[in-house]
Amino acid sequence: MDHDSGFPLVNSLVISSNGLAHQTGVPFDRRRAPAAMAEFLQFTFSGLTVGAVYALVAVGFTLIYNASDVVNFAQGEFVMLGGMVTVFLGYAGVPVPLAAVLAVLITTAVGLALYRLGIAPAREASAVTLIIITIGASIFLRGVAEIIFDKRFHSLPALFGSDPIRIGGASILPQTVVVLASALLIVCLLWAFIDRTLYGKAVIATSANRMAATLVGINTRTIVGACFAISAAIGAIAGVLVTPITLTSYNVGTLLALKGYAAVMLGGIGSAIGAVVGGVLLGLFEAFAAGYLSASYKDAVAFVVILAVLFAMPQGLFGKTTVERV
Amino acid sequence: MLQKITIAAALIGFAVSVTGGSAAAQVKVGAVLSASGPASFLGDPERKTLDMYVEDINSKGGINGQKLQLVIYDDGGDANAARTFATRLVEEDKIVAMVGGTTTGTTLAMIPVFEDAQVPFISLAGAVQIIEPVRKWVFKTPHTDRMACEKIFDDLKRRKLTTVALISGTDAFGKSMRDQCVAVAPKAGITIAHEESYGPGDSDMTPQLTKIKATAGIQAVVCAGFSQAPAIVTRNYRQLGIEYPLYQSHGVASKQFISLAGAAANGVRLPAAALLVASKLPESDRQKSVVVGYQTMFETKTGQPVSTFGGHAYDGLMILVDAAKRAGSFDSGKLRDEIERTHNYVGTGGVVNMSPSDHLGLDLSAFRLLEIKDGDWTMIPDSPS
Repeated sequence: MDHDSGFPLVNSLVISSNGLAHQTGVPFDRRRAPAAMAEFLQFTFSGLTVGAVYALVAVGFTLIYNASDVVNFAQGEFVMLGGMVTVFLGYAGVPVPLAAVLAVLITTAVGLALYRLGIAPAREASAVTLIIITIGASIFLRGVAEIIFDKRFHSLPALFGSDPIRIGGASILPQTVVVLASALLIVCLLWAFIDRTLYGKAVIATSANRMAATLVGINTRTIVGACFAISAAIGAIAGVLVTPITLTSYNVGTLLALKGYAAVMLGGIGSAIGAVVGGVLLGLFEAFAAGYLSASYKDAVAFVVILAVLFAMPQGLFGKTTVERV
Repeated sequence: MLQKITIAAALIGFAVSVTGGSAAAQVKVGAVLSASGPASFLGDPERKTLDMYVEDINSKGGINGQKLQLVIYDDGGDANAARTFATRLVEEDKIVAMVGGTTTGTTLAMIPVFEDAQVPFISLAGAVQIIEPVRKWVFKTPHTDRMACEKIFDDLKRRKLTTVALISGTDAFGKSMRDQCVAVAPKAGITIAHEESYGPGDSDMTPQLTKIKATAGIQAVVCAGFSQAPAIVTRNYRQLGIEYPLYQSHGVASKQFISLAGAAANGVRLPAAALLVASKLPESDRQKSVVVGYQTMFETKTGQPVSTFGGHAYDGLMILVDAAKRAGSFDSGKLRDEIERTHNYVGTGGVVNMSPSDHLGLDLSAFRLLEIKDGDWTMIPDSPS
């Protein structure tokens, strides 16, 4: 009987607090404007959250493409490995920070192995053949992960806890900020590496003309191999950082690679800053489509926008026009 | 994928042909399960359950003096493969009955095969379409999503909350449960004032939840989905600071949901089978001994936590075994009639009373309403006292 009398009281409280909160439904009401602003801000934060993930995945594509003209479709699997290896080392009793470092090292080794065993033996083949090899590698890595790990979803603790930061009636997770900052940091480091070091120059040379690069004494095999290793490391770092937001399982790589690739196309393939901008924009398109239209159309809307951009700017937002050498 | 299935099928076929010759007195029971692939979290415990209980039954002398032989094929979640294996079970293996069909998709693909061959088929999949309309040879053990909706709505009414928002996944499970909830809402006196959806692979649902938050008059939110996405919905729900009660479906009734959603899961309510709270059931509960027995057996044999999905396979096999005992033979026609006469069978999913018009035989008491508190399930009593 105590319960019976208790329920209506509690509920009437809930209802009245709702009523207060939602008396702002009239269009152009004075109080409606801040509410609409808060919604807009929340959609933006959502877009940043998703976009940060895409951006970090997209950056991983850039280096390998720059060095070898190969779009590495196993990039999503590097992301998956980063997250999954960290999770399972954690289960085995390794402290999470150490597990994350080990996961990045292991994934880097996998990236090197992909180059040595998959790409290098077929280096005379065309870029399309190499891309197909990376697709095969991605299916292989997914299958191995399914057997070594398991088929469940897993999570990792966020770096700065999961208490949201509230700004102007909207909220954002600290981990989103971490992911965005990391994406920018990685882009800066990549830029410094490519533009300011001799190895970076060698990457550009290898990309421009492999034969000429060999003639001036660049070991192009080492350069391309190193690019696979670094890309794998970037992917693994992405995996460790995005897992607290997206959760991870053996098959998350496919979708991440697809969205990351769309971000790369939007930003302009080969441009690191373009990858980040493309990723964040893609995330924002999706969030606004879900917020202002319908969640059912968000992927469609995002891809229509990408198509429109590519019609106007076939090289993407930051891509360089390339001249085909005959 | 195809290669993997072919190899698996070849291996199983080989095993069958090796053991088949030496054991003439065995009765073959078929099972097509999605033990690998995307639905493997369902099919894997089902397979382990069938394996361990058939072995257990045989070690105790079998049924009616005959030993059971389990013929399992793995369809990898592919409906086409499931249908091929179903045909093989009927034509080559000559099974007497089938316990299997992990997903609604594979089950629906296999139904015509067993209807044509007149072989009893106890499905382990969720959707209500499997038993509605009633098909002569088809039965199923898991609760339906319609029951989940009704159970949630019952609790909402008890709390005097009548206006809800619904957010559902765009996968088969989410769509089906959404349709059922929308269908039963008027009868239950519940108004679904706002609907949202999400893709099964989405990693942020705050836009949809922001819209729900901005809709006037909402008193509670129901999320229809399974796998990891409902955990993200729950996290985003708390991130936005929405304060209405949140209901999840039986699709997330596993400890994995609690570990993925973390502290955000606190206060979430959901309908689930008694198996999930086996140790918390009062001694007077009819299901207590069955669910504790199954849990102990599964966890000691596999070393993995028990899931309701394996429980569905246990129920299917035991309903079949009971029917065979009553029939005194393994004639497919007699088996079917006895399965349909299943009465007061106490299983992991609830108390089953089948009839010619009800090939599931569960009522709402089969679902327990749970609330998550501090990382564990607590039971909400059915009627306020």
